[in-house]
Parts: sequence; C-alpha cells; structure tokens
Amino acid sequence: MAIVDRNVTPPRPDATPAHGAVAPPSVTSDNTGRFRRTMSQIPGPLIGLIVIFVALSFLSEYFLTPRNLLNILSQVSAVGVMSVGALLIILLGGIDLSVGSVLALSSMSMAAMYKMAGWPFEVALLAGLVVGALVGLINGILTAYGKLQPFIATLATMSAAAGLALFITNGNPITGFPDWFIAVTATSVLGLPIEGVILVAIFAIAAFWLKFRPSGRALYAIGGNEEVARLSGLPVRRAKILVYTIAGLLAAIAGLLVTSRLDSAQPTAGAADLLNVIAVVVIGGASLSGGSGSLLGTFVGLLIIGVLNNGMSLLNVSANLQPVVIGAVIAAAVLTDRKSSRRHT
Amino acid sequence: MVETLEQTIDDGQARGDSAGLICTGLSKSYWGISVLKDVDMTLRPGTVIGLIGENGAGKSTTSSIIAGIVEANGGSMTIDGVPYEPARPSDALKHGVALIHQEIRMVPELSVAENIFIGRLPRRRGVIDRNRINDEAKEYLELVGSQTDPRRPVAGLSIAAQQEIEIARALSREPKYIIFDEPSASLGQSETQHVFAQIAALRQRGVGIVYISHRLEEIKEVADTIVCLRDGALVGNWPASEITKDEMVKAMVGRDFVFAHRAPQAATGEIALSVKGLSKAGVFAGIDFDVRRGEIFGFAGLVGAGRTEVVRTIAGADQADAGEISVRGEVVHIKNPRSGIDAGIAMVPEDRKGQGLNLDRTGAENITLPWEKKLSSAGIITKKKVTATANKLRDFLDIRGRLDIPVGSLSGGNQQKVLLAKWLVNEPKVLILDEPTRGVDVGAKMTIYETIRALAETGVGVIVVSSELEEVLGLSHRVLVMSGGLQRAILDRADATPEVVMALALSNVPKESPLESPIDGEAEYQTPMRTQEN
Repeated sequence: MAIVDRNVTPPRPDATPAHGAVAPPSVTSDNTGRFRRTMSQIPGPLIGLIVIFVALSFLSEYFLTPRNLLNILSQVSAVGVMSVGALLIILLGGIDLSVGSVLALSSMSMAAMYKMAGWPFEVALLAGLVVGALVGLINGILTAYGKLQPFIATLATMSAAAGLALFITNGNPITGFPDWFIAVTATSVLGLPIEGVILVAIFAIAAFWLKFRPSGRALYAIGGNEEVARLSGLPVRRAKILVYTIAGLLAAIAGLLVTSRLDSAQPTAGAADLLNVIAVVVIGGASLSGGSGSLLGTFVGLLIIGVLNNGMSLLNVSANLQPVVIGAVIAAAVLTDRKSSRRHT
Repeated sequence: MVETLEQTIDDGQARGDSAGLICTGLSKSYWGISVLKDVDMTLRPGTVIGLIGENGAGKSTTSSIIAGIVEANGGSMTIDGVPYEPARPSDALKHGVALIHQEIRMVPELSVAENIFIGRLPRRRGVIDRNRINDEAKEYLELVGSQTDPRRPVAGLSIAAQQEIEIARALSREPKYIIFDEPSASLGQSETQHVFAQIAALRQRGVGIVYISHRLEEIKEVADTIVCLRDGALVGNWPASEITKDEMVKAMVGRDFVFAHRAPQAATGEIALSVKGLSKAGVFAGIDFDVRRGEIFGFAGLVGAGRTEVVRTIAGADQADAGEISVRGEVVHIKNPRSGIDAGIAMVPEDRKGQGLNLDRTGAENITLPWEKKLSSAGIITKKKVTATANKLRDFLDIRGRLDIPVGSLSGGNQQKVLLAKWLVNEPKVLILDEPTRGVDVGAKMTIYETIRALAETGVGVIVVSSELEEVLGLSHRVLVMSGGLQRAILDRADATPEVVMALALSNVPKESPLESPIDGEAEYQTPMRTQEN
C-alpha cells in the first residue's frame, strides 16, 4: 500500500522550466537523487517509531519481550479502531469530536438493553453498534445537508451523547456480561490477542477500500478540493454521510472492546480518547486540511503513541508527565513532516 | 528588419544612458536547470514594455527577480545608474518597484482601505487611524478612476473592482516602476480598456511599466516596446508600432501561428443539445438554442453577462428554475453534475484551480477522477489502469510533462490539457469549454484549438465560452451573444463580426446594472436580472 503521498512529491523549482516539463529530482546527480527518493519513500513517522523502539529496548529490559509487545497491541486497540474512522473523516477535511462520547453511549446502550430491558445479549450488542452508527449518521447529515462545520456539528453530538450516556443509569456503571464476551479481550488466537486481530483487520479492510475502491479513493478527491470532486460527478454528500456513519460504528466497536476488557460499561469511558485519536492521525502524517494521509501512516502513529505510553510506564515516568511527552511528539511529527513535504504553489 | 531594430535600441544602452531600470545578463537556474539565460532589458521612465513569451519562457521569473521575490544567479540591475539588488519584495518597494500579481490577493473581510494599506496601517493612540486610511485610500482609488467606497469590505466586489484596488495599492507605494503580470487574464474587454487607461495615465506621470500578457493585440495597444523571451532567453525587442501580431507570435514560438480561419462546414448533423427556455431567477432568463453534432457553438459577452452561469446550469453544476434540456433528442433531467455526466454532457470549467483540477494529486488521478467506477473491474481500480488511461490521452493531446507527479507542478498549458483530457476519457455527446485557453501559452492554445475541431468533427456538439473575441469568433460555427443575463442574438459566423458582437454584448444593459459600472463594486454575478424583469 502507498506511503503518505506527500512524501514522494519531488522537489520542484519555483518557476516552471521551458514547456512545463518538470525536472525529475534525479537530474542533479543520479546517485544522490535516487538515494533521496528512496529515503523520502520512508514515511517520517516510521523513522520516529524505529528510533523510539530502539531507544526503549536499551532503556528497559522488559520492553522487548513478546508479552509486552502484544500487550501494547491490546492497549491501543480501542484508540486504534477509532483512529481509522478519524482518518477517513480527516481525509475529507472534517473532524469528529464525538468519538469518545459515542464510545460511552453505545457501550451504555448495549449494557442497558441487556441488563435493564432484558434483551438477548446478541441483540443488545447489535443495538449498541446501531446507536454508534446512528450518532455518526446524524453527524453526517448535519455536515452534508445542514452545512454545519464538522467541528460544530460533532461538538453538539459530543455533548449530547456524553449526556445521554450518563442519563441512562444516572452515572452508574453496568457490570456482568456473558463469559464469551469477556473472553474476546482475554483470549489469543495463534498467540495474538483477538482485539489486536480485530484492530489489524479493520485497518486492512479500510486500507483496501481507500486504495482500490472508487468510493474510497473519492475521499482524497473530496478532501483535496470539494468543488472539483462535485463537478467530476462524485457523490460528495453521500460520501460524507457514509464516512461519518462508519466513524460512529467504529467508535461503537471500540466501545464494545473497552466494555469487554473492563467487564463493565462506564458512562465516562472514552472521555480521554478523543485527543489520543486525533494525535494518532496527525502523528501519522495526515493533514487536518484534508486530502492527504494514509492508514499505514495512521497505524505507525498509533504504534508511536502506544509504544511511548508503554515505555514511559515501564520507566516509571510520572503519569502526569506523559501527556507532555505526547504533546512534544505531536509538534515534532508535524514539523518534520511539513519540512519533508514542503511544496511551492 | 528585426535585427536593425534591435540594433537601434541597443545603441541607447551603448551610449551609457543609465536613466531607468536596467537589467543586464539576468540569469536564473533551479536544480541545475537554467530557466533564464542572460536577459537584458532596459525600462525607461514613462515607457511601457510589453513582455511576451510562451508559458515557461521566463516572463514570471524575470518579473520576480525585478520585484525581489526571487534572487538571480547571475547578472545585475541598476536604477538610474545605482546598483539595485533587492533581497525581498519590501526592498523592491523601497526602491520604488512594485509588482501587480496575476492573481488578485485580497483579504475579503477587511475593508478596501485596509487592504490597500495592509502591513503598514497607520496608528493613532494605538488603534488604526481609520479616517486617515480611508481618506488616503480614496485619493488613490480616484487616481485609478474607481468610485469604490474605501470603507466597504472587499468581499462581494467584482474582479474588475478588485483589480483597481490592487493597482491603487501598488500606487500607494508611489512606485517609479510597476510590473503588471497578466492583469487582464480575468478581465473582460471593457475592464481591460479601463486598465489601459490607467496605464496611460501612469506613463504620463513618468512611471516605467512592464506589462505581461498573452493577449497580443492588447499588448501591442498598450506597449511602446515589445520584449520577447523564449526558453528563458531574449529573442529580441522591437518598437510596438513596427511589429505585427504574426511576427510576435513567430518570435514567441519560433514558427508561424495560424488561427486557421478556414471556411466552416455548416454543421448539419442531428441535434446534439437542445435548450429551451432555460431560466434561473436573478441570473439569466429565456435561453433558447440548439447545438448540432459536429458544431462548435460560441458564447460571447462581457464578463458577468451570465454565460458561465448558463453553461454551469446545463452541466448540472447549478440548478435551473425553469426550462428543458435534451441531449440527442431525449429530454434529460439534470439535477447535479453526475446526472449531467451520465447524460453525456462534459464541462471544462473556467476556474482551473478552484473547480477543474486537484493540484495536489497526479495528472493521471485527475484525468480518471470522474470515471473510476467505469474503469474499475469487480469494484477495484488499479494504478495500472489509471496510468494506462491517462497515457492514451497524453498522446492524443500532446501533454508535455509527467502525469505521475502533482498536476500543480505542470505549466498552465499542460494543466489545461490535463483538464481537457479528464473530460475525453469517455467521449461526451456535448462538450462545454468555459474559457478553454485562459492563462495558456500560444503553443498549447493551438493544440487545444485543434483538439476542439477534431472532436467536433467526430460528432461531438461543442460549446465554447470565451472572453477573447478572436477565439470565440475564430472557432465557432455560430455565436450566441449574451448581455445582462439575456440572450441577445444567435449569429452565423459570416454575420458575427467583432463590431456586431461587441455592440450586442453592450446592448440594453441598464445603467444601474452592475455590469456597466463594475466600479460600484457589486458582485458580477449578483442579480443582473433584477432591473429588467419586465
């Protein structure tokens, strides 16, 4: 799959040479040109991840054990599932602030239908997913047809969903789920935790969609220039609604993972996840102005956040200091990314 | 003849006359590629140089060096004999050199006066001295003949009005030298005349002017001296009165440019597109015409006459309030661009950057964008398929440059060809071209004209909207003239002389209509119909 497209853009002179043929970067010198091109094919975030990874291997004996690495995969699964939806929305030039609240609301809805309304668990589970998708659908309709700015539309649904999640039980958690459901986040298949498998599967499906399906590729066109996309006959509004709905559904899946892991539906679960989700996508090289970014980059961004959090815990860095480090990483990632993809317009 | 003329001008330099802005041996290269080679140019106070050349010939590089935006690798410049080495645009302005950009750069939410003085707003007791900037702005606006209120925001002003503000802004720096980089690219004929009047006034005041344009008649009209660049090198310079348009073209491209006024075969094919009573409240009304297969049908009129709005509506980009459209005899209901495309109507929009191309994506991706569903098999589209489709059209349209890099890095002419290619992947039944050669060099223009003719010959019904009279009259079998949102006439080519078309384009425009007085600053596209509903 393609790496972040912006990184492969050859540097180009300020003025176009005669007849508009643009100089391939290799003209200066064949070897350095080729080297530079090969280097620029490696996404910046990946280099960062490798550096962090190697450093932590030296700093902590426990870091490089298979158990710890698999643990990291489990730890990031919920944020990772949500970051897929966030990337799709950010590709469109939108933003979704409601993910954390949707996670809580769908988790609480599922639990309430199972424990309070007495529905069969499988039905309640599906209903929880539907609730998440519904909130996403509302986000999509508000932005596509209501012409609300995504920030405002999802700020509104974030507030409403968070309130509803608390309202259901007046703020109390719901516990006691079927064993098989708890087992989802406590079992391994061929040595891999199931939630990790789910995470990777969702990334893979979405990446395939973005790369090979016309409706997926259309997201880049719409985020790059909505009017160009519309005049090219792409269904802009339908794509927006679809993507916001997918993001809502993915937040609901993340909610189920969290509920399974805790064996408890918490009305305030996911409250801290929003910033992590956006951080993952941004560290992964996506542009908040839309039209550029990739799921491979997002996956690398996810691993950076996961490895950093895990490493800092192993090194006994104060939990209060950890967000400071994450903040620094976000700034550094975007600064270096912009340098490598600077382009004259 | 050419050589002797060059000789006389060079003599002035040889005499050691150092008055004015003198460039000697300007050179610039990027990444080892030379884009400007040893260019000499002498700009005397109170004269106008018309700088011509194909896209990529080095005109913009030259003006960027003079205006301090780009630093030269070689050569030198002097002003009145004193070395002039601007490191940044503000240096150039300090030396009295101002550049008026091709694209107008304004902050829409700020007032006209604030835009004129942006970056150096005078303060009184810590806040912006509004009275002062409004008064001073008014003076400069009057200087350019604009009656725009300096206190109103720029948002909603017509492009022509904004162009005047841009010139007023340059004048407020009291420059001795001004470079106009294609100011007329977005202006209609009458607005361009207005700019010329301002240039004449500036020349009277002793300002030296470099005027860059692709429109050769107008450059001949406004300039004293013509300087031509080709492939980054100076071809020569001539007094404007002694060079013909054909000679200019020859100097630019190194070959003869033939507009090919060949006698048109009257198009007799079946009807490709039929439009009946198309209306959109406040924008246009009562548009009625047929385009036959094989016919090139022109839309003439002033900027703001409603031509673009009509063709956008036909293509589904905007919605009509009334009217009927049929394609090859079948009534079609076009409610969005997709249904227009599905009906076989393709539109190449006028605004290449804003509506036509996604400049950050590759040429190939842009070309296949509307057709990805069609090109995919089992719902999967591969890069190979995209590349193959694009390459086929590259050859057809003679696109020079790579299609696997962001299309924004191609020249204007090649970008326009990519945009045209995008709508030829699937042969349209009706092809609408809105300003198909805007900001395009002569070589690319010829390819585009040839392509348009070739497409018409295969049976496509073609509509061409253009502000360049020569273009629309030279290409079309018949011409529809619009003014004030109304259809004034449909003329056969034989009857469509420039005089007749201009007269119709200016006809019946009510005095209070924004079309006649763009200076008043109403947006061009706002309700020209309001005043003439009866």
